[in-house]
Amino acid sequence: MSGISRRRFLAASVAGCAATTLAGSKKALAAGSFTGYPDGMGVLVDLTRCIGCRSCEAACNKEQNLPAPDKPFDDTSVFDETFHGGEQKRRPTENAYTVVNRYDAESASKPVYRKVQCNHCQEPACLSSCFVNAYTKTPEGAVVYNPKVCVGCRNCMVACPFNVPAYSYSSAFDPVVKKCIMCYDTRLKNGLPPACVEICPQEALTFGKRKDLIKVAHQRIQTHPGRYVNHLYGENELGGTSWMYLSSVPFDQVGFDPNPGTEPIINNVKDFLSTVPMVLAIWPAMFTGFHLLAKNKGHGEDDHDAEDHHGEEGGEQ
Amino acid sequence: MNAKRLLVPVIAAGLLSLAVTASSAFDEIPEQVTIDPLSQYFGAVEFDHEMHTELGEDCSVCHHHTTGTGTSDERCVRCHADSPEVAVVGCSDCHVTSPYSAEQIHREAADVYQFHIDKPGLKAAYHWNCRGCHEAMDGPVGCEDCHALTPEGDAFYHKDALTSTAEQGGHEEAR
Repeated sequence: MSGISRRRFLAASVAGCAATTLAGSKKALAAGSFTGYPDGMGVLVDLTRCIGCRSCEAACNKEQNLPAPDKPFDDTSVFDETFHGGEQKRRPTENAYTVVNRYDAESASKPVYRKVQCNHCQEPACLSSCFVNAYTKTPEGAVVYNPKVCVGCRNCMVACPFNVPAYSYSSAFDPVVKKCIMCYDTRLKNGLPPACVEICPQEALTFGKRKDLIKVAHQRIQTHPGRYVNHLYGENELGGTSWMYLSSVPFDQVGFDPNPGTEPIINNVKDFLSTVPMVLAIWPAMFTGFHLLAKNKGHGEDDHDAEDHHGEEGGEQ
Repeated sequence: MNAKRLLVPVIAAGLLSLAVTASSAFDEIPEQVTIDPLSQYFGAVEFDHEMHTELGEDCSVCHHHTTGTGTSDERCVRCHADSPEVAVVGCSDCHVTSPYSAEQIHREAADVYQFHIDKPGLKAAYHWNCRGCHEAMDGPVGCEDCHALTPEGDAFYHKDALTSTAEQGGHEEAR
């Protein structure tokens, strides 16, 4: 009796393990193939065109009904503000979803200005890290979030490779995460460009389909030799972003992480996560089975021993 | 738009030489151009066209290849070295006011033979031309050097926000 159950158990557990491994690997493969919506919109930020007028900040403030700023939006003294011992320039906050910073890059003859906002990743780390599923990557390209379900855990702030999501620390009872949503609610889904793009006097911000912007960007690099470094930041970085940058100076001189890799953040944990169902579902059953088997085997051997013993006894007799 | 109306199309049919074209069209070249597409936040800019025609070496500095005076830009000259004068030379005749509207984006996507795929809109065309030249020739480059803010513009930029630098005229650095 014990021999039959052992055989059955071993066969079943091998089949179960194989099935889980195959299913797991197939799922992981499918999840890794998302490269963004084909007609997603984006913005090409050309740092060689930006003049640091901060009109984009003013337009964002008005469009998103944000609180009045401490200083007027044409006050350039904000470019001298630094934080954390002078290392950190201005970052998006709960009151300003975009900020412009000035960099006196060593390889540039004049200041370079860089606009910072959510880059609207193709495969966003904030979305991956959110356990209440507050984030959505819309087919239009925007990464939006539902503040009603946000519990304020700030996982997305840790996960974001660009340090973009801000937190409403000023709210004592209902603090939530705040960030640029590409004007999705009021403009993008109605076929309008974001407010910052529309106000920009220099067309430092070019709005269009992401796939078209990539072509435009490479054409600019090609037709203006010497004007740009030969790189479109965001084309491949971290799986690609909807907002991409062209610069006249190396990107590390204007506050970018020069080499964040081309893998989306979630790929760091995807292999691990695909093993979780196996560990949680299969292992308990498998090891319980092993345990029972070991237990039964012990009994069985006892029986055999006893039978053998009887046999031997019989033989002797 | 006033800019469009005032930049009267120069008609030069039958005129063959550049010199004749320039002299006969001279009467129709506007002395003053009112530029006001941004009138929500900024007062209209009265552009002294006559003064700038004296500053510029030839019309192509601003008007590219449309005034029949040739073009010197090495990227443009390959096709436009001998481009004739065209019927419309106003900036807004080629540079659209809403380059990123859904209609415009669809229109450009449908036009598969379009060569100039990255043409700036009207606002950028003005600013690149005007501000770019001002920067190179040490002209005024501050926003309010050309644009007087309307009351709505004051509200838009939150000019009333309290700051010590604003009281000291901190806008001088603005470009």
